[in-house]
Formats: sequence, C-alpha cells, structure tokens
Amino acid sequence: MEPLIQIRDLVKIYHLGEVEVEALRGISVSIERGEFVAIMGASGSGKSTFMNILGFLDSPTRGQYLLEGIEGKHLTRDELAEIRNQKIGFVFQGFNLLSRTSALENVQLPLIYGQIPSKRRKEMAQQALSAVGLEGRSHHHPSQLSGGEQQRVAIARALVNRPPILLADEPTGNLDSKTSGEIMAIFQHLNDETGITIVMITHEQDIAAYGRRKILFKDGRVASDS
Amino acid sequence: MTTLFASLRIALRALMVNKMRSSLTMLGIIIGVGAVIAMIAVGSGAKKRIADQIASMGANILIVVSGSSTSGGLRHGAGTVPTLTVDDAKAIGTEVPGVRLVAPNISGIAQVVYGNQNWSTVIYGTTPDFLEIREWTLMSGRSFTQQDVDGAIKVCLLGKTVAENLFGGMDPIGQVVRIKKVPFTVIGVLAPKGQSTWGQDQDDIIFAPLTTAQKRLFGMQFPGMVRVITIQAREPEVMKTVEEQIIELLRQRHRIQSGQENDFSVRNLTEIASSAEESARVMSLLLGAIASISLIVGGIGIMNIMLVSVTERTREIGIRIAVGAKSKDILLQFLIESLVLSLVGGTLGIGIGIGGTLILSSFTQWPVLFSAQAILLAFLFAGSVGVFFGFYPARKASLLNPIEALRYE
Repeated sequence: MEPLIQIRDLVKIYHLGEVEVEALRGISVSIERGEFVAIMGASGSGKSTFMNILGFLDSPTRGQYLLEGIEGKHLTRDELAEIRNQKIGFVFQGFNLLSRTSALENVQLPLIYGQIPSKRRKEMAQQALSAVGLEGRSHHHPSQLSGGEQQRVAIARALVNRPPILLADEPTGNLDSKTSGEIMAIFQHLNDETGITIVMITHEQDIAAYGRRKILFKDGRVASDS
Repeated sequence: MTTLFASLRIALRALMVNKMRSSLTMLGIIIGVGAVIAMIAVGSGAKKRIADQIASMGANILIVVSGSSTSGGLRHGAGTVPTLTVDDAKAIGTEVPGVRLVAPNISGIAQVVYGNQNWSTVIYGTTPDFLEIREWTLMSGRSFTQQDVDGAIKVCLLGKTVAENLFGGMDPIGQVVRIKKVPFTVIGVLAPKGQSTWGQDQDDIIFAPLTTAQKRLFGMQFPGMVRVITIQAREPEVMKTVEEQIIELLRQRHRIQSGQENDFSVRNLTEIASSAEESARVMSLLLGAIASISLIVGGIGIMNIMLVSVTERTREIGIRIAVGAKSKDILLQFLIESLVLSLVGGTLGIGIGIGGTLILSSFTQWPVLFSAQAILLAFLFAGSVGVFFGFYPARKASLLNPIEALRYE
C-alpha cells in the first residue's frame, strides 16, 4: 500500500529582499495512513514551513511532496484551495474561528466552499460537533465558549469534510494542562476510531508523547525520526 | 447558487457587525442618488411644462410684427408706429399658398368697468380666425363672427381671469361692461390657458372685433393700421417657405428697396418655444451630471471603507482561504458587501430624493416629474458604483497570501 504522504528531498528557500533563507534543506519522509506523528524542533528549524507545505498553503522550491499521489507543485492557487478543502483539516494554536458566528456556522465553513447544499451542510456540521462532544453548543458564538470548547469547534471544522489528514499546529498552546489533555484525548480517539492521519507540531514533550512517532527538525533537516 | 445565497448572508452579517460604519458609508450613496433623482425630476418637470405650453399655443404659428426686430412681440409695443395693414393680412391670406389662416390684430391696455368693479387688462382687437389659430375655445357663450367684425359691433369675449375679477362667480354673458367708457356686451367667456412660456397670465385678456377696437378703442391714432398679424401655416414643413414668402410679399407691398431693412419682423413662435424647451433639456442634463458627481464621491467612500474592512479582516480571510475558499469566493463575498451598501443606499436615496423633491415642489411651486425610467437608471447607477468602487478592495482581499494572513495580528 502506498504511503499517504511521500516527501523526497524537499527544499524551500525564501527570498526576503536580498537575503536567501533556506527554511528546508532536503527533507525526505514517508507517512502511512493512520499514523499519529508529532513534529518537534526549535523555532526556525523549519517545522512550520514543513506544515505549510504539507497543508498545500505553500509550494516547495525543489523536491517532491505527494499526498494520495497528488502533487501540488504545478497547481494553480484555486486548485490548491480545492485540495485543502477536500484533503486537509487544519487546527491552529489560536483556534482561528470566525467571531460573531455560531459554532454550527463555523463548522460549516469548509462545506460552503465545497458547494454543499444548505440542509446537508447543517447535518454534516451537527454530526461533526457531536463527534467532539459539543452537540448542545452549536448556536453559541466563540465568545461564549471556553478555550477548550473553541478548539473542539475548530477540530469539528477540520473534520467536517472527512479529510484524510489532520494538521495541527500547537493545538494545545493556548490551553491549560487539563484541557490540553481533553483535546489530546479527542485526537487519540479520532485516530483510533476513524483512522485519520494526524500530523501535529508541538514543543511540549508530554503532548508529543500522545503521538506514536516523533520527528525532530533541526536547521531545516530531519534530525531524528522515531 | 448555494454559494451565492451563503455569500449574501455572510455579506449582510458582516455589514450588520458595524451598523454605524455601514450607515455612514451608505450616506454618501443616499445623498448622491437622492440628488440625482431630485435634479432629474425638477428638470423633467420644467421640460414638460414648456412642452405643454407649446401645445397650448396652437401649432405652426408665425407672427408678423410691426417695426424692426428689436421691438414689439406679443405685447403691445408702445412707441412703435404700426406699419402693417388689414389689407396686408388679406394679401398674405390669398397670395401665400402655405397659409391656412390669417388674423390681423391690434391691442392695447385699457380699464374695463362693471358696476363698481374695475380691472386693467389687455384688449385684443382681432378676427374670429385668431381664436382658431391659437386653438382658443370658449367656456361659455359664443365667439364673435365675421358679421360682428364687418358691422363693428360692440361685443367682447372675456378671459377667465377678467371674468372672475369683474363678476366673481356670476355669469357675465349678456352683461354690459365699459371699456374706455364704451359699452360692450359680453357674449362669451374663454377657456383657461394658464401661464405662457414667458410667465404671462394668458387668461388676463379681452377679445373684441378688430373693427370695433379700431373705431372705438385704439384706432384713432393710426387708422387702418395693425401692429401684429398672426398666421397659421398648413404644416410644419412649409413654415420656412411661408416665412420667406411673407417677407417677400410684404417688402413688395411696402415698397422696400433691396438693401433696406424690413419695417416688420416675422417670428416663428414654435421655434422660440422649442428653443426654450431645448434649454430646459440641456439644463436638466447638466443638473443630473452634477448630481452624479456626488454619487461618485459616495463610491469613493465605499472603496475607502471596504479597504479598511479588508485589512481588519485579514485573519478571517486567511482562515477562509485555508479551509478552501477560492479567489473568486473571496472576491464575490466582498463585492456583494459593497453592492449591498450601494443598492440599499440607492433605494433609500430614491425614497429621500422623491420625498425631498415633493417637499421642495410644494414650497417653490416648481413643476416636478418622476419617471420609472429615471428611478431605475439611478438605481442601476448606484449598483454600478458599488461594483466599480468595491472591486479593488475585493480583489485585494482575494489575492491575500493565507500564510501571512493567518499570522496577522
């Protein structure tokens, strides 16, 4: 069975004015379906850049990145948007929910851009909220939800289109340790029950421990992979 | 289409978030559209009034006036010697083929008395054809006939204003009034004509047979002479020819040498009124154009606020792009916002424009005319302003880099 994610000699170079920054200097990684991977590294090690490329928010300068056999390098901006809509679920440190919008509407956002009709959207969003235990809070606005609840809404949003992969950037960074535990339990539950592949950036060892594989980035390269 | 509806809801929600800001932005459009509606209504009203007056004047009319071009007119030009004769009028009638009717007239101001009421007005001495040329009908009674003219009978027709001022609500027919102390029997009252294009009350008038007026009222000074000859041509197309032929005929009759100026002038009444109409039309367009400038300013206001809005919502835009919004989704969302601003503003502007114009009209008595066409045009104009000025900010939003946008504080 082909790996879900295949990365070969990935290089990313930024041009900031006259300076060239080599954010990634040749990454080669394979990730199988159903894995739960934690990515760690100091700031500037390239892990965020790596995640951006994984999430089709950015394209590599050189090298290959295939998700389910699809390569993003030569795709247009709009084609990349469609891939993100269908294949990627994002969870951010800052939750990144739309304010003054209900939880249900927040979760529906990817469905709106996926051209799903209104009634079906609401159904799918309700189901996603149930999966994270928030079915009673669907009409609350983010300002009426705790940090943990907001992150759960974000997770529901990431899952609503049933993508093969969930990308989480410091998902517990803004949460206390108890809530962090709850969120990670949800991640684990999703990974076990639905087989969704999870790639998570974190700088906390005990959060990274929830994952079954740890990739350490250093200076734009993979330092260790276990 | 789900995206269109969803986009509309998203746009409305976003505008409602900051009602004050949205209202102020709309104000520019409201004022702009209101001004355009008002200006067009006032201009159209003026044009229609002039057109109505032209219609009430009678068609294809030329007047020949004694004296050279700078004197006279429809008013009794005091101080000029009348150079036209009744025979001139007859000649014009028989020898110029394009002429349908001719009526010579003399006029002057006089006091007319009834009982203890008196009124100073214009007395027109003319022939029955004059009333037909000017399409002047009677409200009651009868007009005078050729026999009245031949016999110089002392009968007269009263204009509505004169009748009201001398007789109040009473029926003047059969009563005797004194004009310059000469008794005249009232045989008819004229239908009202209202104000003329140049502001005169056309109903403040009395008609009497030409001969009677000449003998009894005004003819002493210049016997047999008339100041004005009113002519109706058969069709509009022959007016120019008729005008030229009249000039030639009169020059012959008056023995005017070539090189000498005419001792009369010929005016095309319809032309004069038409140029007044044209002026009104140009004025109306000008006013509309100026009002449109304020609408453009309103559009600039929209662009300004939308740019601010895009900057404020950079992060939100980043989230949308990250979860799959395409450039055109973002573009559409923001375009709809500015379109809603301009169309809602446009609708309110139409309401305020109509209301304001009606209020203005009730104070100034200016005629106003609203047309569905103008209103639709103003509405579409407002919409285009919204799309045009909203495009740049919307495009800017649609091209944001999601990674940078998500990092934006």
